[in-house]
Amino acid sequence: MKAVCSGDKAGCRWLAGALLCLLVVPVMADSAAPASPQRQSELANLVLQDCGSCHGMTLRGGLGPALRPENLNLLPVEAIAAIVAEGVPGTAMPPWKPLLSAGEIQWISRQLKAGALVAP
Amino acid sequence: MLNHEDKRLMNLKLSLSCKWLSLLCLLVFLQGCLSAGAIRSWPQPAGTGDLGLIVERASGTVLVINTSQHQVLGRVEGLGDLSHASVVYSRDGRYGYVFGRDGGLTKVDLLTGTIAARVIQSGNSIGGAISQDGRYVAVSNYQPGGVKVFASDTLEQVADIPASYRREDGTDAVSKTVGLVDAPDNRFLFSLFDAGEIWMLDMAEGKPSVTRFDAGKAPYDALITPDGRYYIAGLFGEDGLSMLDLWYPELGVTEILPGYGRGDQRLPVYKMPHLEGWAIAGDTAFVPAVGHHQVLVADMADWSLIERIPVQGQPVFVMASPDNRQVWVSFAHPDNDVVQVIDTRTRKIIRTLEPGKAVLHMEFTPRGEEVWVSARDSNRVTVYSTRTLEPVAELEAHSPSGIFFTSRAHQLGL
Repeated sequence: MKAVCSGDKAGCRWLAGALLCLLVVPVMADSAAPASPQRQSELANLVLQDCGSCHGMTLRGGLGPALRPENLNLLPVEAIAAIVAEGVPGTAMPPWKPLLSAGEIQWISRQLKAGALVAP
Repeated sequence: MLNHEDKRLMNLKLSLSCKWLSLLCLLVFLQGCLSAGAIRSWPQPAGTGDLGLIVERASGTVLVINTSQHQVLGRVEGLGDLSHASVVYSRDGRYGYVFGRDGGLTKVDLLTGTIAARVIQSGNSIGGAISQDGRYVAVSNYQPGGVKVFASDTLEQVADIPASYRREDGTDAVSKTVGLVDAPDNRFLFSLFDAGEIWMLDMAEGKPSVTRFDAGKAPYDALITPDGRYYIAGLFGEDGLSMLDLWYPELGVTEILPGYGRGDQRLPVYKMPHLEGWAIAGDTAFVPAVGHHQVLVADMADWSLIERIPVQGQPVFVMASPDNRQVWVSFAHPDNDVVQVIDTRTRKIIRTLEPGKAVLHMEFTPRGEEVWVSARDSNRVTVYSTRTLEPVAELEAHSPSGIFFTSRAHQLGL
């Protein structure tokens, strides 16, 4: 394992990521998946309708940037979640953590990354 | 000689054949009307003064409604992405120009409930305006940033004004444009969100010309007072508003209500306020604060801050009834299930109403006896009496957002 890490940075990161997932996923399982299908549909509506008021209902952008998978390919889910939670100081992007749980923000970030909420 | 009975019979036959003849004439006439290229020299026997459009933001449709009957007359489909849509009207009140989010500009005929013309004029747009003389429709674009102007009859493009500016580091850029309104002397005014500028586009000379003014940081929307004198841009980047006095444009932009949030913790804003339906009562003006759960009251003589009225959330629309006795306030997520009504005499909240989930817009009937309120997530529009503040009607609509009545056709800046 040491050899992999010293020889191959990407592999190391991948491995670390995978290990982190193994550690984190069971713990996150409860909070990462919003409680009920009904809550998920509320969150999907929130993303399209309320995030959509700045980012467009098709997430192709507006006053805020576009949020389709091709616009997010440089950002890992964790980074998206951090932006959603904390907002971007100095811009119109507000912090959402006062309104959404960490698990809900994770779920939204994964949907954005996967493009699951919008038609291709 | 014809006896009495024969005469009667003959009269009957005559009158019958006359009827047949007139029916035949009518048919021929109607056929003429229906045939291609027929010139209809007189409008259909219908007015549009009590009609309007309601945007159904998720389905790309608009409802044609009648405010006298509280009725939906029909639904017009195929208008594209209406997630942030607005409407202006031709001066005859027959056509609504619907500005879609996806750059679509659609001319809707309210009398026939059909699309009269449609163009996709940019990738991403935010709203528009119609010129004083009714000949031009201008659209405010995010992508590519700038304003395009179209002939109101054919929607043929007549001008393209990219919002070019130089960044502080010396590089060239193009700004998103917001707050586009019409102004007297056939001008348009708009603001540059990224550049912090206000531009005046003059269409009067046949050849469009632009005058640029420096403004405050990050103007997010703007309005023009009903007399067309003051153009005022709300600023996201600072506590204050930028104002241009069109009677004295040579004086440039001045900042009004500077530092209105001083000493207060700035709260997160989950939806940008809109400056529309300028709320003036006597010599005071009511505007939404940004990042503060307040409606600001300014003295229009010197634009000083008189009062800050606490409200239950971040205000989005602050709109005065046509008689200026009430100001109705809608709110940003997550406090957007209620509407608060302020009495402009006492500057106190007199009623908190619950029209449904996610209230997005309000529109007063032309003389203000009623106000229509859209609740997006309740799929409904509620009509309130401004006298009793009680609901008088409810209409079904799919995710309704903006409500626009044809009375806007004759108001500067709307």
